[in-house]
Amino acid sequence: MTGAEIAFIIVGVAAVVGAFRVVTARNVVRAALYLVVTLSAVAGVYLLLAAEFVAWVQILIYVGAIVILFLFGLMLTKAPIGREALDNQRRGVAFLVAFAILGGLVYLIQGAFDWDAPRIDPIEGSVASVGTSLFSRFVLPFEVISLLLLAALIGAIVLSRKEDRP
Amino acid sequence: MIRLPLVLFLSAALFSTGVYGVLARRNAVLVLMSIELMLNAVNLNLVAFGQALHDITGQVFALFVITVAAAEVGIGLAIVILIYRNRETINVDEVNLLKW
Amino acid sequence: MVAAETSEALVRPIADPGWFLTYSWLIAFLPAMSAVLTFFLGKRTPGKGSVYGIAAVGASFVLSLGVLWTFVEGERGFYEASLSWFQIGQLHMEVGVYVDGLTAIMVVVVTAISLCVHVYSLGYMKGDVRFTWFYVVLSLFTSAMLVVVLSNNLFQLLVGWEVMGVCSYLLIGHWWEDHVNSSSAIKAFITTRVGDVPFMFGIFILIFITGFTTSNIPEIGEIVSGGGASVALVSAAALLLFGGTIGKSAQFPLHVWLPDAMAGPTPVSALIHAATMVAAGVYLVGRLFFVFTDADPVVLQIVGIVGGITMLGAALMAFVQDDIKRVLAYSTISQLAYMVAGMSMGPAGRTGGFFHLFTHAFFKALLFLGSGAVIHAVHTNNMSEMGGLRKKMPITFWTFLIGSLALAGVPPLAGFWSKDELLVVADHGGHQVLFIVLLLTALLTAFYMTRAVLMTFFGEFRGHGEPHEAPRTMTGVLVALATATVFVGLLGSPQLGAVFGQWVFFEEVEEALFVPWIAVVSTLAALLGIAAGYRLYNRYRERDPLRSLGPAYTLVSNKYYLDDIYWKGIVRPVRDDVSAAVYWNDRNILDGLVNGVASATKAFAGLISWFDVKVIDGAVNGLANIAGFTGGLLRYIQSGNVQRYAVFLFAGVVVLAIIFTRI
Repeated sequence: MTGAEIAFIIVGVAAVVGAFRVVTARNVVRAALYLVVTLSAVAGVYLLLAAEFVAWVQILIYVGAIVILFLFGLMLTKAPIGREALDNQRRGVAFLVAFAILGGLVYLIQGAFDWDAPRIDPIEGSVASVGTSLFSRFVLPFEVISLLLLAALIGAIVLSRKEDRP
Repeated sequence: MIRLPLVLFLSAALFSTGVYGVLARRNAVLVLMSIELMLNAVNLNLVAFGQALHDITGQVFALFVITVAAAEVGIGLAIVILIYRNRETINVDEVNLLKW
Repeated sequence: MVAAETSEALVRPIADPGWFLTYSWLIAFLPAMSAVLTFFLGKRTPGKGSVYGIAAVGASFVLSLGVLWTFVEGERGFYEASLSWFQIGQLHMEVGVYVDGLTAIMVVVVTAISLCVHVYSLGYMKGDVRFTWFYVVLSLFTSAMLVVVLSNNLFQLLVGWEVMGVCSYLLIGHWWEDHVNSSSAIKAFITTRVGDVPFMFGIFILIFITGFTTSNIPEIGEIVSGGGASVALVSAAALLLFGGTIGKSAQFPLHVWLPDAMAGPTPVSALIHAATMVAAGVYLVGRLFFVFTDADPVVLQIVGIVGGITMLGAALMAFVQDDIKRVLAYSTISQLAYMVAGMSMGPAGRTGGFFHLFTHAFFKALLFLGSGAVIHAVHTNNMSEMGGLRKKMPITFWTFLIGSLALAGVPPLAGFWSKDELLVVADHGGHQVLFIVLLLTALLTAFYMTRAVLMTFFGEFRGHGEPHEAPRTMTGVLVALATATVFVGLLGSPQLGAVFGQWVFFEEVEEALFVPWIAVVSTLAALLGIAAGYRLYNRYRERDPLRSLGPAYTLVSNKYYLDDIYWKGIVRPVRDDVSAAVYWNDRNILDGLVNGVASATKAFAGLISWFDVKVIDGAVNGLANIAGFTGGLLRYIQSGNVQRYAVFLFAGVVVLAIIFTRI
C-alpha cells in the first residue's frame, strides 16, 4: 500500500459517493453539483496516474463547459423537484440491471488479475507525447473530430432556432 | 504505484452507477448526466490501461472521447430544449409517440 | 364370216417413239396453259382473250395430227410414259400418258372439234358479257377431256372426268341470270354425279384387284387378263364402271340431263354434249374393255340392253320436239346408244363403236353449230317459228343438209359407213335383236331429221324479223366440218382398206367386211325414213300430224314421265324432307351434345373455382392472418419509452456476456 494508493482510495471514494448522489438526488441542481464532484475526483485520479494533460482537459471541458451546459439546460426547462418527479417506476429493474453489470464486471476483473497485480508505472511527461502522437499517428481522427465538432455546433444552432417562417 | 485492478474497480462502480441513472431517472437532462458518468468510467479505463502498458494511445483516445462527449451534450441539450418547447415537459416517460 | 388376223400380241410398247409421241403430253398441257393465261390476261388482250385458246387448241390439233401420223405410218403398239408423283403406303400415284391408236383418234377428234368451236364462238358469243370467262372454261374443258383420253392411270382419268363435269356445269349455266339455265346446269351436274359414284367404286375395285398398289391401266389389264381376279369381282367392277358411262353419256335412266343442258350456248352444246364429254363414257368402256371381256358375259348383255332401250326411246322422243336443239339432243342420246351397243358386241363392235364416235363427232358438231347459226339469225329455238331459211341462209342450209344426211346414214357420207359396220358386226355376232333395233333406229333417225330440216329450211318463214346469213367465222367452220363429214367416213370403208380398224383394235386387228345386203338394207331404211318425213312435213301444218297418234304422242312428249318420277320420287323428298330431318338432327342432337359438354365444363369450372376460393385462398389468407395476429401481439413491445428499450439493451448485454464467458 503505497502513498499513491492511499490517495487514490480517498479520491476514489469521493468519486463513487458523488456518482451515487448524482443518480439519487431529488434536487436536479444538487445532482448537477454532485456531478462536478465526481468529475473532479476523476481528474484527480488522472493526476495520480501521471496523465496530467487529460486531467486538465477534463477539468476544462467537463467541469468548465459541460456542467455549465447542463445547468443552462436545467434552467431553461424548468425541471421539477421531488422523488416522484425525478425517478420513474422501474427503479427496481434498473437497480437489478445495474447490479448485474457491476457484478459481472467485478467478476471479470477479478478473474483477470491476481491480488498481487502489477502496479502501474506511468510514463512521465504526457503533454509532449500526446501532442506528438495526436499530430502524427492520429492526425486523421483529429481532423475528423474537428469536423464533428463543427457539425455539432451547426446542428445545435439549427435545432434550437425558432421557426419564424409564416 | 497504484495497482491496476483498483482503478478498474473504480471504473466499474462508476459505470454501473451511470447505468442505473440512465434507466431510472425521469428527467432527460439527468439521463444525459448519467451518460456522462458512463463515459468517464470508460475514460478511466483507457487512461489506466494506457499507462499500464506504456502506450500513449490510451490518453489520446481519452481526449477523443471527451471531445465527442462535449459534442453529444451540446446536441442532446438542443434536442431536449426542443422537446420542452413542443410539449412543455422533459419527462422521458411522456415522450412516447412511437408507442404502438 | 369375220376373219380375224391372228398374230402375236400387237399390243406392245413402241420401240422408237418419235417426237410427237414423246411430247404428246403437250396436247393436254397447252389448253390448260391457255385457260390460265386467258383467265389472267384475257380482258386486257385485244379480242378479249380468245386468241390464247385458239392458238393453244390449234397447236394441240397439229400435235394430235402428228401423233396420228405415227399410227398412219403403220405403227401398231403403244407408248407409255409417266412421272411418279407420290406413294401412300403401297399405293403408287403417277402422272402419265398412254398413247395408242385409240388415243390418237380421240385427241384428233377432241382438238378438231374444240378448235372449230373456239373459232365459231368468236362470232356466236360476240358481245357477250362474260366472253373471256367463256373462253377460259372452254380451254379448261378441252384440257380436261384430253387428260381423260391421254391418261395412263385411273386416278388421273378421274381427275379429268370430274373437271369436265364442273366445266360442263359452268358452261351450261353460262347465262345464269335466267333461272332455267342455272337449274339445268345443276341438274346436269347432279345427274352425272349420280353416275359417278358407281364409277368411283368401280375404280376402287380395280385398284383392289391390284392389291392397292397402282391405278395404272396397262398393269390392271395385265392382272385382269392374267386371271388375277375372280370373275365376280371383275363383273362387279365392269357394272360399276358402266354406271359412270350411263351418267356421263346420258344413257337410260340417267339421260334426263342432256335435253335440259341445251339451255347453254350452242357452241357448248356442240363441243360438250355432242362430240366430246358425252363420248368420254364410251371411251371409258373402250379403254377398259378388258374388264368387260373378262367379266361374266351377262355384263355385256346388260350393256347392250341399256344401249338398245336408250336408242329407241330417245329416237322416239326426237319426233315430238319443237326446239331444234332438243331434237339434236335426243338424237345425240340415241347415237351414243349406238356406240354403247356397239361396245356390247365384242372387240369388233368396239372398233365399230369408236368409228361411229369418230364420225358422229364431226357431223353432230356440224348440226349443232348449224342450228346455232339459225338460232343466231331468228333469235328463237322453236322450229314452229322458222321456215324458208333455205334461201336466206344458203351456206347454213347446205351444210346442215349434209350433216343431216350423214346422220341419217346415206352413203357415201360418214354416217353410212359407221352405221353399216355396226350392223355387220351385229349380224355376224349373232345379236339379232340388236340388229333389228339398230335398223329401226336408223329409220327413225332419218325420219326425224327430215322433219327438222323441212320445218326449219323449207316453206314460208313463220317468224319475225329479217334473218340473215351468219358471219364468216361461223360459216367457215360449218364448211370445214361439212367437208370433214364427207371424207372422214372413208377412213372406215372396207373398200379403201378400213384403215381405222388398224388404228383402233382390241388385241387383234379385225378385218372389216363389206356385206352388200346389209348395206342395201340400211340405205333402204334411211331412204324410207326420209320419204316418210317428206310425206308428212312437206307442207307445214299448224298441228303436228303426229298428234294423231294420241296417247302414244302424249307419253313420248312427256318424256315417258321419267322426269316427273325423278322429281316427285327423289328430288323433292330429299330436298325437303331429308334436309329438314338432317337440320333438326343438327340443331337438337348435335348442338345439344356440344352445348351439354360446354355446360358440364362450366359446372366443373365452377367447382374448381369454389375450391380455389375457399380452400386455397383460405389457406393463404389464413397464413396472412396468422402473421397479422402475431404482429398484433408483438407490437406491445413497442412502448415508445426509450428507457425501457435501454433496460432491455443492458439486460441483453449482461445475458450475452454471461453466455460468452461461460462458453
